[in-house]
Amino acid sequence: MIALLLRDLKLAFRAGGGFGLGLAFFLIVTVLVPFAVGPQSSLLSTIAPGILWLGALLACLLSLDRLLALDWEDGSLDLLATAPLPLEAVVSIKALAHWITTGLPLVLAAPFLGVLLNLPAPGFFWLVISLLLGTPAMSVIGTFGAALTVGLKRGGLLLSLLVLPLYVPTLIFGAEVARRGAVGMETQTPLLMLAGITMATIALLPFASAAVLRINLR
Amino acid sequence: MAMSIAAKANALWEYANPRKFLATSERVLPFFWITSAVCIVVGLVWGFFFTPDDFRQGSTVKIIYLHVPSALMAINCWLMMLVTSLVWLVRRHHVSALAARAAAPIGIVMTLIALATGAIWGQPMWGTWWAWDPRLTSFLILFLFYLGYVALWEAIEDPDTAADLTSVLCLVGSVFAFLSRYAVNFWNQGLHQGASVMRAGAVTGTDTEEKVSNVFFYPLLTCIIGFVLLFIALVLYRTGTEIRARRVKALLARERLGA
Repeated sequence: MIALLLRDLKLAFRAGGGFGLGLAFFLIVTVLVPFAVGPQSSLLSTIAPGILWLGALLACLLSLDRLLALDWEDGSLDLLATAPLPLEAVVSIKALAHWITTGLPLVLAAPFLGVLLNLPAPGFFWLVISLLLGTPAMSVIGTFGAALTVGLKRGGLLLSLLVLPLYVPTLIFGAEVARRGAVGMETQTPLLMLAGITMATIALLPFASAAVLRINLR
Repeated sequence: MAMSIAAKANALWEYANPRKFLATSERVLPFFWITSAVCIVVGLVWGFFFTPDDFRQGSTVKIIYLHVPSALMAINCWLMMLVTSLVWLVRRHHVSALAARAAAPIGIVMTLIALATGAIWGQPMWGTWWAWDPRLTSFLILFLFYLGYVALWEAIEDPDTAADLTSVLCLVGSVFAFLSRYAVNFWNQGLHQGASVMRAGAVTGTDTEEKVSNVFFYPLLTCIIGFVLLFIALVLYRTGTEIRARRVKALLARERLGA
C-alpha cells in the first residue's frame, strides 16, 4: 500500500504529472474574481469564504480526470486489480494520493489567497479548518466519479456533471463554516456536519468506487 | 398460506421475462392510457372551472393541479429508478434496468414541469420567479442528478456495463440527494409552505394547521391519480420500446455475423 502511495506521489510530482496545475487554477480564479465583481473591499470580504471554497472545489475537479485515466491507459490498473491488495484499498490510496497532491496544497494556499480577497481576520482559521475537513471528501467523491467514467474516451465533461451534484452537501457545510467563522458566529453545527459527511464518505464510498471499477475492468 | 404468498412473489418475477412483460404490458396499456387521460381531464376541468377562487391567492391557486402532481411524480420516479436499479444489481433482470432507463427522461420532464409551474405560481404570490428556497433548490439539485444519470447512460456503449454503472450511480446519488435535501434545509429558510396536502393528521382532522381545503383537495387527488397512471403508462410504453430497440440491435448483430 505504501509502495503504491509513493509511486502515485512520484508520478504526480515528476514532469507531466500535473502537480501544481490545480494550485495555479485556484490562484487564477481568485485573481479573476475582483475583476468580475469590482474592487470594493467590503464586498470582497463578504464573498471571500464562498469564492475560496468554490475555487478549491473547481481546482479539485480539474485534476480528477487524471486520477485513474493514466493508469487505465497504460494497463497498470489491470495489474493493480489482480494484485493481492483489495481494490477498495487501491482506490482509497488513489484518493489519498490525490488529496496529498491536490487537496493539501489548496488548503495551504487558501490563507494567502484569502489576503487577496480581504478575508476578515477571524476567518483565516476557520477557512483552513473547513478546507482541511472538506477536501478529503472531495478527493474520495472524485475518485468515485473518476472510476465511473474511466472507460470513456471523452469522460472529462461527463465527470464534472456527475461529480458536482455529489459535492453539494460538502460545499454547503464547508462554505457555511468559513462564512460563519469570518463574521464571528458559532461554527459548531456545520463543522460537525461537515466532519460527519467527510468521515462517512471516506468509510463507505471506496466500496462503491471499487465496485464500479470492477465493472469497468470486466 | 405461506406457500401462496411465495407463489405470488414468484409470479411477480415472471415479468422479468421480456416476452411476458411485453405481452402483459400491451394488454394493460390501453387501460392505463384511458384512465389516466380521464382522470387528468376530469381533475383539471373540475379544478379550473368548478372550484372557487382562493380567498387570498385568487385564481392563481389553480396551478396547484399541475404543480403538486408533477412534483410528486418527479420524486417518486427517482424512487422507482432506485428500486429497479437495486433489482438489476441483485437479480440481473434486464427489464428492470431498461425500466430505470425508460423512467429517467420522464422524471426530468416532471421536474421541469414542477419547477416551471412553481416559478409561474411564485411570480404573483411571492413577487419573484425564483428564490433560493430549500424546496426549490433541492428540486434543482434533483434535476442535476437526473441529467448526470441520463448522460451516463448515453455515454457508455456496452448495455450491461451501462446498466451496472448507472445503477450504482443511482444508489450513491440517492444517498447524496437525501443529504443535499437536509443540507439545503440547514442552509436557508424558505418561502415555500410545508407539506399541506398529504398529511395523515390533516386528513383525519386531528391537527388544525394550515391544510388544503377539501374543495381543492378532491380535484387535486384526481389529478394526482391521473399523473400516477400516466407515469405508469409512459414507463410501460417506453420500457417496451427499449426492449424492442435492444432486440433490433441483436438482430442486426446476428445479420452481420451471418453475412
